[in-house]
Amino acid sequence: MTGERSLPGAVPAEDEAPPILQIDGLTKRFAGGALALDNVSLQIRPGEIFALLGPNGAGKTTLIGAVCGLVRPTSGRIQAFGQDARRHWRAMRGRIGLVPQELGFDIFDTVWRQVRYSRGLFGRSPAADLLEEVLRSLSLWDKRDAQIRTLSGGMKRRVLIAKALAHEPDILFLDEPTAGVDVELRRDMWRQIAGLKARGVTIILTTHYLEEAEEMADRIGIMHRGRLLLVDDKRSMMKRLGRTEARFTLIRPLGAVPEPLADLPVELVDGGRVLLYRGGDGAGRGREHVAVLAQRLAEMGERFTAIEQRESSLEDIFMQFVDAEGTRAC
Amino acid sequence: MLNTRSTWAIYTNELARFRRTVFGSLVAPVLTTSLYFIVFGAAIGGRMDAIDGVAYGAFIVPGLLMLTLLSESTSNASFGIYMPRFTGSIYELLSAPVGATEILLGFVGAAATKSLVLAAIILLTARLFVDYSIAHPVLALLYVVLIATAFSLLGFLLGIWAEGFEKLQLVPLLILTPLTFLGGTFYSIGMLAEPWRMAAMLNPIVYLVSGLRWTFFGQADVPFATSLLMTLGFLAVCAGAVGLVFRTGWRLRS
Repeated sequence: MTGERSLPGAVPAEDEAPPILQIDGLTKRFAGGALALDNVSLQIRPGEIFALLGPNGAGKTTLIGAVCGLVRPTSGRIQAFGQDARRHWRAMRGRIGLVPQELGFDIFDTVWRQVRYSRGLFGRSPAADLLEEVLRSLSLWDKRDAQIRTLSGGMKRRVLIAKALAHEPDILFLDEPTAGVDVELRRDMWRQIAGLKARGVTIILTTHYLEEAEEMADRIGIMHRGRLLLVDDKRSMMKRLGRTEARFTLIRPLGAVPEPLADLPVELVDGGRVLLYRGGDGAGRGREHVAVLAQRLAEMGERFTAIEQRESSLEDIFMQFVDAEGTRAC
Repeated sequence: MLNTRSTWAIYTNELARFRRTVFGSLVAPVLTTSLYFIVFGAAIGGRMDAIDGVAYGAFIVPGLLMLTLLSESTSNASFGIYMPRFTGSIYELLSAPVGATEILLGFVGAAATKSLVLAAIILLTARLFVDYSIAHPVLALLYVVLIATAFSLLGFLLGIWAEGFEKLQLVPLLILTPLTFLGGTFYSIGMLAEPWRMAAMLNPIVYLVSGLRWTFFGQADVPFATSLLMTLGFLAVCAGAVGLVFRTGWRLRS
């Protein structure tokens, strides 16, 4: 079964509050036969930021669409706020906000009218004060009377967020929220998202920027070809799957790994000129090994001219999973 | 349970779009219809005999009103639902706590309102050119509301079906307008010789124009009850088709 698979070390679910969103065995096969979601199961905890990672076509947007009502699942079950989505779809949708990947709105309308429309559409009474607060928090208040077509791309994306927040959702889906925005705005968005989490909003985001997930997410899910390959706490994932890589450039090439280093995960590359260490656990153990390795080389009288050391990023972990899945599929 | 706030939000949002494009939405149809009244009502109509005791200028008022109602209801509703599909903003509608009833009341209601406002303006404009009176004003009002609703439903279907702006114009321009012109807008079906008269009776618009003409002058080509039944039947077919669209999610949800 392809479902949520937490690695050892993840916080046990029974110690926590009931999930705010629960997806069980969700499958979506499109009319043409393409399998977009393959028996996906996932639990989202209240108040967390959950990042859904995956290459194009992994099924991230389809999964979001299925929860938000844009996609009709072929099979499976969705529960939100403890209620079945199929039976209580009105109540559920009223508490969920969606910021889509594509910019889509009436560009000839003003910012203020559009956020008012969004609030009304979700059945909420007019609340000018609240909408003002939303627009101010997104630095859009000064642009409230501007036609959306006159705004920059970044501003337009903020309008989408303002529209999604207008009805005060408890769960907010952000589908590639920072796609196509500059670095400064991306950082600003991160601050906004952190602010929403502080207000108790549960956030589920998809992103291509692994740095984004690394920066913000509490938990991470990796999707590939419609399947959810892994779900884990970010720190736990980094700790379990993170690696340290260190390259010692030796003055004198070696023919074989010396016996005093045999207990460490090292190998010789570049004709014996580089001693390569790959190991650790993403929680500092690798750095300790590198220090030990440097000390032992010094004791053995093997001199080196440089050490290049790097910790594996979430991107490395992500690629590791996707590559492994690709190999399995072949 | 009906979400009245959501319905109102969709309805007012659609009307706001209408207000933003008031020149094109209002002035153009009024100008076109005024030209018809000038040419057919005042200029040519002066030389035409009365039809069934009704002066020709007055005789064409219900037909021209129907022409406006059909084309405006259809295009307003089709454009109203097609635009969110085109811009991508339909995601918001589909993810909101609204069902078919709210969406239809909002979009179809707004489209029908717009075409009724336009019809009222055209009716007032007609008074500048020709003299007419309405024999059954309440029935006339109910009948145009029914027509506007039925053809707004048709327009909504077209807006869901269309995959480009060209298709949006296809049915109004190539089907509705010719059928309306051939449906007795400018003449009585009784003036036609066989087999054209028989052929004309196959045109469903004949029954609609005739029904409205009866509410104006108390006489028409076909009995009012037949016209009313035809209109209700058309409304039921459109409503059924729209219901099917929402049940299957055709062109709306993937």
